[in-house]
Amino acid sequence: MLRLDECVIANGDFVLRANLEVADASCVAIIGPSGAGKSTLLEAIAGFRNVKGGRIFWDGEDLTKRPPGKRPVASLFQDNNLFPHLSAEQNVSLGIRPNGRVSKDERALVASALGRVGLLGMGTRKPFELSGGQQSRVALARVLVQQRDLLLLDEPFAALGPALKAEMLDLVAQLISGTNKTLLMISHDPQDARRITNKSILVADGIAHPPEPTEHLLNNPPTSLRDYLG
Amino acid sequence: MKHLLIAAGLLSATAAFAADKPQLTVYTYDSFVSDWGPGPQVETAFEEVCDCKLNLVGIEDGAALLSRIRLEGENTDADVVLGLDNNLITSAKETGLFAPHSVIAEYNLPIEWSDEVFVPFDWGYFAFVLNADAVAPANFRELADSDTKIIIQDPRSSTPGLGLLLWVKAAYGEEASEIWAGLADNIVTVTKGWSEAYGLFLEGEADMVLSYTTSPAYHLIAEEDDSKAAASFDEGHYMQVEVAAKLANTDQSELADQFLQFMVSDKFQQIIPTTNWMFPAVTPANGLPKGFETLIVPQKALLFEPDQAATEREQAISEWLSALSQ
Amino acid sequence: MAERAQPISPLPGVGAATLVAALVLGTLAAVALRADSGGMFAFSDWAALRFTLTQAVLSSVISAGLAIPTARALARRRFFGRQVLIALLGAPFVLPVIVAILGILQVFGRAGWISEALGFFGLPAIRVYGLHGVVLAHVFFNLPLATRLLLQGWQEIPAEQFRLAAQLNCKGMAMFRLLEWPMLKRVLPSVLAVVFAICLTSFAVALTLGGGPRATTIELAIYQAFTYDFNLGRAALLSTVQLALTAAAALVALRFTRKEGFRTGLDRAIRRWDGGSPAIDTFWISATAAFLLLPLSSVVISGVVGLLELPTQVFKAAVISVAVAVASTSILLFLALPMAAAVAVGRHSFVELIGILGLAASPLVIGTGLFILIRPFVNPTAVALPVTALVNAVMALPFALRILVPAAQETVTRYSRLALSLDMKGHVFFASVLLPRMRAQIGFAAGLAMALSMGDLGVIALFADAQVATLPLQIYRLMGAYQIQAAAGGALLLLMLSMGSFWVLDRGGRWHVET
Repeated sequence: MLRLDECVIANGDFVLRANLEVADASCVAIIGPSGAGKSTLLEAIAGFRNVKGGRIFWDGEDLTKRPPGKRPVASLFQDNNLFPHLSAEQNVSLGIRPNGRVSKDERALVASALGRVGLLGMGTRKPFELSGGQQSRVALARVLVQQRDLLLLDEPFAALGPALKAEMLDLVAQLISGTNKTLLMISHDPQDARRITNKSILVADGIAHPPEPTEHLLNNPPTSLRDYLG
Repeated sequence: MKHLLIAAGLLSATAAFAADKPQLTVYTYDSFVSDWGPGPQVETAFEEVCDCKLNLVGIEDGAALLSRIRLEGENTDADVVLGLDNNLITSAKETGLFAPHSVIAEYNLPIEWSDEVFVPFDWGYFAFVLNADAVAPANFRELADSDTKIIIQDPRSSTPGLGLLLWVKAAYGEEASEIWAGLADNIVTVTKGWSEAYGLFLEGEADMVLSYTTSPAYHLIAEEDDSKAAASFDEGHYMQVEVAAKLANTDQSELADQFLQFMVSDKFQQIIPTTNWMFPAVTPANGLPKGFETLIVPQKALLFEPDQAATEREQAISEWLSALSQ
Repeated sequence: MAERAQPISPLPGVGAATLVAALVLGTLAAVALRADSGGMFAFSDWAALRFTLTQAVLSSVISAGLAIPTARALARRRFFGRQVLIALLGAPFVLPVIVAILGILQVFGRAGWISEALGFFGLPAIRVYGLHGVVLAHVFFNLPLATRLLLQGWQEIPAEQFRLAAQLNCKGMAMFRLLEWPMLKRVLPSVLAVVFAICLTSFAVALTLGGGPRATTIELAIYQAFTYDFNLGRAALLSTVQLALTAAAALVALRFTRKEGFRTGLDRAIRRWDGGSPAIDTFWISATAAFLLLPLSSVVISGVVGLLELPTQVFKAAVISVAVAVASTSILLFLALPMAAAVAVGRHSFVELIGILGLAASPLVIGTGLFILIRPFVNPTAVALPVTALVNAVMALPFALRILVPAAQETVTRYSRLALSLDMKGHVFFASVLLPRMRAQIGFAAGLAMALSMGDLGVIALFADAQVATLPLQIYRLMGAYQIQAAAGGALLLLMLSMGSFWVLDRGGRWHVET
């Protein structure tokens, strides 16, 4: 279980407060107006941004002071999810060992992850030799081998077309179903949120609210969200 | 690999061999130790007679050489310093780092030499060098009135540059400023050192360059080229005498004395003319190399006593600066 | 503490900067402490200071000003020989001073090619000596460097932005204001500061091209204080003035250099869509090429004959020079890469400032100071080559940082979150992300350092004995022994070696990026 205990997260002059819990194995959308602090919230959970006050717990363990790489968190960002100078295989290998030096067994693991995202045999290609969708798949394969319990998506598929985006989200849902992983994903599109999440965190007016059922939130949006959803 | 081992073995063998012998360290200016200077031949010749190892250490030029000795002070590694000139003798003596010599020699210098500390090893006259077919002015006044272009060296960074200043001063005394004012429009440029100036002259950038009366001998002997000549000035030519001395704190006092005596012997002196391109302080038994007889012989040798040169220097430089900065 | 976590610690870089600062300031202190009396700022020094500043400001402004259209033209034109021309841009910079002076004057001098051509038409010879001559020579040295640095800035503008601008139908001035001016605002100040610092310590060039004692610089006064006057206090004082002036220039430059990384796409070849005027670009490229290549070709022509009959000692010196250059380049990268990383992960003005200071330090002061410091422990002659390699590395550091810092900033901005989430930190991030991402820049910096070290006389003259001589020292010795022709041959050999190593390293880093 992820718990944000009276967290105060600062980004320049902007301050976001969060006091909430996310149950294990849940899929949660993060919804809110542009600039409300959705990315800031994910950055704090991932450890890229220090919290000014409060603490972050995972299964009762205090993560607040832990560096990003030591948290049970895997992230996909809006862009720069791959190193352009490394092949698909090498990029995925980094999920197992940060120095990329994987054993034979681990290499098999990398190949199978690439297989699961539908990139069998494309391991030696570099990112610029892959399409946008394929690049996203490589990043997903890496997330798979990382075996972290908490997956954070900061709109990694925003640049893909609607069909492709839906396809990727389904792939994510498929990959985590049956595992104990928790998914937190930022979404600007109610359709996306409905598609794979059951709960949603509303981020608005400097507060990240506790999760509530996605359908309920989208069907009865508070004012701040209503303006945004239009 | 095998070769490397043999080479390493040889190196350590020579090092051990050399360590057994006494070592004499001589600080000198860089062009003396260069492969084209007297250094390599002098080293061989002296080591043949001394049963010692001669270490020649090259330091830029005479002025930098004296600075190095002052920097190292009493615990300098040098046993002998070779390559200061008459203009530096006074400041060298003021350091108190040098010891009197015991050298006896019949010098062939245009002047009397009786210094107790410094032994001359070669000498020369400063002169303007020009193409042999060009018309040479007969003195500084004629040069100033002509539109002959010259390149000179800066007296603040070069020995010949300082020599020229003292030359004008020795020849014209109080009128030196006036001469410099007249020369201002003849001077193409002023360089940091001799090499830049001479290189520019050879490229044709000026009609004459400040150098030595012996410079044409290089072209004649080494390049069989008689197209260069030195202009003979009727007010006389200023001299440069290059000297050596023993350090007071040397732990190789006898060897240092032996070196200084060797320095005025034939074996050393006959190396000088065609490597340092200067006149030997003691003419070797078989005379000067063929070609030196073609050089101009100044009617009058000009030279300040070391003490006077030291006092004139500062004022001469400021006169020169103000004349050329107009 | 930084608000954001960083994948790499600035500490090694701060450590490297401290080492450099210790070298620059420690040697200065060693000289000052060894002085018997304090130095005085003489009246004539004010004139020297004024001249030094005037020529340095003019030289840097003109070098950078001319580099803008040239770099812009080179950035958007593809033509046969472009790569060779860009490589040759490094050449003037690596020539030993004395060779460069002779080369410049063979073209621009009283008896130079231009004057001769004018004479053919009955026109008077050009008069090159004076302040304009000093500036001309300094532009010859620094225009190529400024062009290379600016060209790199242009190439760092992502292709996507040019596409965007093309779609917006931006052309000419509009394109310039939108994309290029913001880049220039970022790059230009430090280019100006670097060139300013180089010109500040000019001595032989300024004096010779300046035509006499009116062109007296501070560096000449330092030389005089060291050699003829042996007034160490004065040398230290004047050197402090040089350092202070450079530090001031560097600080001003840093204030203007805002850190704003471009967000770039993936590695794809750059294609430009702004046509611009081909005629204007052709003019700038040809004018710059002629200005640089004429003196270089005079060096080549003078050297060809001598090259064929070079004495063997010159080749031995060439081998030593290459070894020193390799060592120097290694030291440089060892210092510059952590420093660039430190600047990239946060504003470390100390590191950036120290990066420029190496240029302003008079080689005489560093050399003499090192001599004083080393001598109690080892015979300075025994360490002549390592010391030369070290000092050459410190002198090349400012250039290396100008080249490396933007790329390091870019890499950290783009990949730090990804790396952190993968727990890639410290040396792993350094080796698997930073180094591969900066390959092109590392190649360029290493090539420049190698070439610089090869051509620089450095401090070897203060330390060397007869046995160890580098190629530039051997060239000076040949000139000192009247062997002008052999010296010219040696200079050509040096030019070929410098350009060769520069070419290899620069290409080695760049082959996959550029079309």
